[in-house]
Amino acid sequence: MAILVGEHTRVLVQGITGYQGEFHTARMLEFGTRVVAGVTPGKGSTRVHGLPVFDTVEEAVEQTGANASCVFVPARFAKDAALEAIAAGLDPVVVITEHIPVHDAIAIVNYARRQGVHVIGPNCPGITAPERCKIGIMPSHLFRRGPVGLLSRSGTLTYEIVAGLTRAGIGQSTAVGMGGDPVIGMTFVELLELFEQDGETEAIVLVGEIGGAAEEEAARYIQERVRKPVVAYVAGCTAPPGKRMGHAGAVISGTEGTAQAKVEALQAAGVAVAALPTRVPELVAQALGR
Amino acid sequence: MRLHEYQAKELFAAYGIPVPRGAVVDRAEDVTHLDLRYPVVLKAQVLVGGRGKAGGVQLAHTPEEAQQKAARILGMQIRGERVGRLLVAEAANIDREYYLACVVDRSSRRLTLVASAEGGVDIEEVARRSPERIVKLAVDPALGFCPFHGRWVARRLGLQGVLLGAFADLASRLYRLACERDAELAEINPLALCEGRWLALDAKLVVDDNARPRQPDLPVDEEITELERMAREYDLSYVELDGDIAIIGNGAGLVMSTLDMVAHFGGRPANFLDVGGGASTEAMLRALDIVLRKPGVRALLINIFGGITRCDDVARAIASAPPRVPTSIRLTGTNEEEGRRILERAGIFAFTDPEEAARRAVALARGGP
Repeated sequence: MAILVGEHTRVLVQGITGYQGEFHTARMLEFGTRVVAGVTPGKGSTRVHGLPVFDTVEEAVEQTGANASCVFVPARFAKDAALEAIAAGLDPVVVITEHIPVHDAIAIVNYARRQGVHVIGPNCPGITAPERCKIGIMPSHLFRRGPVGLLSRSGTLTYEIVAGLTRAGIGQSTAVGMGGDPVIGMTFVELLELFEQDGETEAIVLVGEIGGAAEEEAARYIQERVRKPVVAYVAGCTAPPGKRMGHAGAVISGTEGTAQAKVEALQAAGVAVAALPTRVPELVAQALGR
Repeated sequence: MRLHEYQAKELFAAYGIPVPRGAVVDRAEDVTHLDLRYPVVLKAQVLVGGRGKAGGVQLAHTPEEAQQKAARILGMQIRGERVGRLLVAEAANIDREYYLACVVDRSSRRLTLVASAEGGVDIEEVARRSPERIVKLAVDPALGFCPFHGRWVARRLGLQGVLLGAFADLASRLYRLACERDAELAEINPLALCEGRWLALDAKLVVDDNARPRQPDLPVDEEITELERMAREYDLSYVELDGDIAIIGNGAGLVMSTLDMVAHFGGRPANFLDVGGGASTEAMLRALDIVLRKPGVRALLINIFGGITRCDDVARAIASAPPRVPTSIRLTGTNEEEGRRILERAGIFAFTDPEEAARRAVALARGGP
């Protein structure tokens, strides 16, 4: 089993007629994802890669039985698109779009919570369950199916660590890129809970970064509830305070959110923390008893 | 983006939040012409913290004293930032100082009202020392901020009667400002009680950069350096540090881990530039230009893991404008083979392993072969 997605997942791509939407729909289809439809308001009854395009999510669901969404819609329209997907009951709703205003993200995430829908992102690379389903933009060739569940706040760093695991002969059950913005749909704690319950996952890799208190919250949860071994890496040990490190989420303010504090909290919860991302595979191999 | 205090106060006033009467000057001699009641407070308009301790906030009892002190503060350097403007405001008779803010809270994932009866001091210090002195209310965006929310918070600050009502009104105005102006933080510290009236003695407003396009009438960001401005044009993010190794990477997490690797092997980053997802050849050329403009750069480390970004686009940029300093390159991911071919034709070597590339960059910065 994978978490959140699987062979049953029928994906709708919102913004399929845009450059990124069209390109990555092709990559998802190559991967074997069951992409069943696209939505772009005003472009209904056209086709992209042989898939029907609809004006509304509701119609796409009625006609194709789509049950999950991937949002590539430009930031200005992304809130409305995500709300439409949540209202239609699609689950998960994966929001790839970057530069979405944080107040829009708050509206999306709170509505999803009320409707009981899982939102991944915004500003994220998506979710991949090797050999079954990929929603988003992660490079397909890096993955191999196996026992590691991966959850990460960073995009390219996820690729780096997945590539390292695959090279070391360690496959993945599901990899989730949670997004780098201050307000995101699914948190470490919610994903840890799913990985802990997932039969295929034997070890968990958590990739964090400076800013906020999500890693500290994860550490508390791991200590109390997670029995599976957890390996972590936290980016930004040498980041200077008060500077924005590339995207909205990564900024240290005051004493909260430093990499050092996060590493210490994770270690205190029994997590093996790698000093460099390249050292994650050997720690995972140890955790799996290989 | 953070606004200056005087800009934030203008906005606060527009939302009906009372602020002291005042004016902005950039020449000391203009102070004496202001129609203000003395004493006045002179406040350096800088964005760095700690201006009070640095002497950037001073009281003056006469126009002459104000002009003298203004001359001293204008042109001061406060933690590297030159003071170009002064806010001159009527001093208030303060009975008590409170704290009130509206902030995007990552944990509750809601816009959250934060208040305390201990204002005028560092609120993070209060939160550490006595968390029970901080009142928090995460507002459900579907519900919005209701008048009773304000009374709920006010009661927990020990307020009653007329003051409680006035506080609740103020809180609702601050919340509306934060929503309509896409604030990550709208803060009043101190919120002072002066002769039975609330007065925002300071104002801090941080606006979400992602919302700039729909906030066209907000003032422009003056704080970014020329290089940062050049980076922004191409949607690149550039940050200056103080070492001697320039760093280019794609993705915030990967770039931060690259900094960590360089430090791990004993090197010091001079700056870094995140080319983000899907960097074109033009964006990469701009990136190379920007990081090497910084004086004192002795080596360059490029760490690219191609996802949306294609290795061949990156390689084309590097091959067409070979860096003028010794360079260590790590290139892997989408279209890697084509990228390597392009670099090889130009006589440039690239690593696959990021650790090796980082080690090499550190050696190059030390003048190694």
